[in-house]
Amino acid sequence: MNKPKLCSPPLDQRSIALRRRIVHVLGHGGRGHIGTSLSPVEILRVLYDSVLQYSPGNPQWPQRDRFILSKGHGCIALYVLLQEKGFFPEEELWKFCKFDGILGGHPDPKVPGIEVSTGSLGHGLPIGVGMAISAKYEKASHRVFVVLGDGECDEGSVWEAAMSAAKHKLDNLVVMVDYNKQQSYASTHEVLDLEPFPDKWRSFGFNCREVDGHDVAALERDLAQVPFERGKPSAIICHTVKGKGITFAENNLKWHHKSSLKDTDVEELLKALEEQ
Amino acid sequence: MRETCLNQVYELAKQDERIFFIGSDLGVNTLDKFKKEMPERFFMEGISEQHVVGMASGLALEGKVVYVNTISTFITRRCFEQVVADACLHNLNVRLIGNGGGLVYAPLGPTHLAIEDISIMRAVPNMTVVAPADADEMRRLMPQTVDYPGPIYIRLAKGYDPIVTTDEIPFRIGQALPMREGDDALLVSTGITLKCALEAASELVKQGIECAVLHVPTVKPFDTDALLARAAIVPVIVSIEENTVIGGLGSAVAEAIAEADFNSVKRFRRIGIPDVFAKHYGSQANLMEHYHISASEIVSTVRHLCALRAE
Repeated sequence: MNKPKLCSPPLDQRSIALRRRIVHVLGHGGRGHIGTSLSPVEILRVLYDSVLQYSPGNPQWPQRDRFILSKGHGCIALYVLLQEKGFFPEEELWKFCKFDGILGGHPDPKVPGIEVSTGSLGHGLPIGVGMAISAKYEKASHRVFVVLGDGECDEGSVWEAAMSAAKHKLDNLVVMVDYNKQQSYASTHEVLDLEPFPDKWRSFGFNCREVDGHDVAALERDLAQVPFERGKPSAIICHTVKGKGITFAENNLKWHHKSSLKDTDVEELLKALEEQ
Repeated sequence: MRETCLNQVYELAKQDERIFFIGSDLGVNTLDKFKKEMPERFFMEGISEQHVVGMASGLALEGKVVYVNTISTFITRRCFEQVVADACLHNLNVRLIGNGGGLVYAPLGPTHLAIEDISIMRAVPNMTVVAPADADEMRRLMPQTVDYPGPIYIRLAKGYDPIVTTDEIPFRIGQALPMREGDDALLVSTGITLKCALEAASELVKQGIECAVLHVPTVKPFDTDALLARAAIVPVIVSIEENTVIGGLGSAVAEAIAEADFNSVKRFRRIGIPDVFAKHYGSQANLMEHYHISASEIVSTVRHLCALRAE
């Protein structure tokens, strides 16, 4: 069923430009989650370019689609997109993790466009279920999108919420998993194997598809079709590469997070990106 | 008290469409009327407290007032991080109703004894912590929980506890209630220990010691002004709670007194659950007696402290 292409198309200029921006934010902050901010770029890009309904001038617009980046440590990619769409001024990007900035190492609702604080993993899906139930109760047409990390799916709360989403027939809820297959210590296979991952989601009551998470056209195609089935929540397992776009960082756990980034590191990251 | 509390949730929900109810896996027929009359706002979500508090927070983010009910230990310990990072960090209108606060589930052993619920809930920013003394006080509390901003932890007692409060003293969340005045000693109680404090005060007055009794149904925010106004005029202060002596009412009282810069000496003791897990079963009353949470313990403690004062 909808097996993903395992060979992603080359990153286009927009994807490279977004990554360049992410690296610059990391450079200004001098720290951050690198690999995990690069794997969901296309997922977030497609959501904000062509799927989500939102209003940057009125972030609390009631009809907006709700978006939760449950893997909050991938937030730099989200910050770059929110700023590009006009939710807050560019100068905030360059104050990433600074005392007087609004952008921290995990999302916070004081940032225009951020619905909820995430960072502790396993929280986003239960909250999303509550939001989706509220939308059903209100007979509102907006939807709820939750992006999970793969390591995050180790958390039992994810599966508690998944059962609940199916029980309540939340076809206004879409789960996307950034399945880069690497967590902090080692591969997901080694740390706590998620497979058979799509079957898990299906057995928990979701209509689940798999997609190449760096293939913009494929993501657009699947997201245009949600809900995949009336009366069921949708799950999209997005096969991605941790550190995507920077060859030496790809699938390299040393680049999961850096607490101290030097100028020379930033130069190397940018150089590798331009060599795409 | 539990029946009163849940009936109030039902009555309030009939009048206010923002009110939702979520249980985990409560007893059969719990809130049947709510389920029957307002099924779209009634949820029984299974033994999944982490999800339940997250889901409640998601609903509250959308403007709902969400009452969540299960056993105290499970609604505080099991999902503590969701309580902190979802409900409290976002300062949401989530009301956590904990069954069997303190030693109520004595026969079930230490997994079910909520010995530190008040302490851990009190430690979290934005959380309000309320422990009514009886069903009448619960009835006065609940309507105020609808529009009170931010998360609230409501500790339930065993049920059918003796009525010791009166509506002659207005109830307000955040306010301590002076139940009795006196200038020899001050007894400070929360939850069902008000009964012990009132009994002790009655006994002590026979022995020539006039005790004030300050009832603190809202442990957080703590009514420091009410405490200090009475603490200022007495030499002896004793706190009484059905909670560990670490971090609960006794700690709140101690912190306020220690920082009050009184010129006069204050003798102070905390009566509560010691820093141990229960090794016995029996009844709530058995464990209360075992831990010396009783009117007689208050009487002897006050007499001892007053005697020290006299030396």
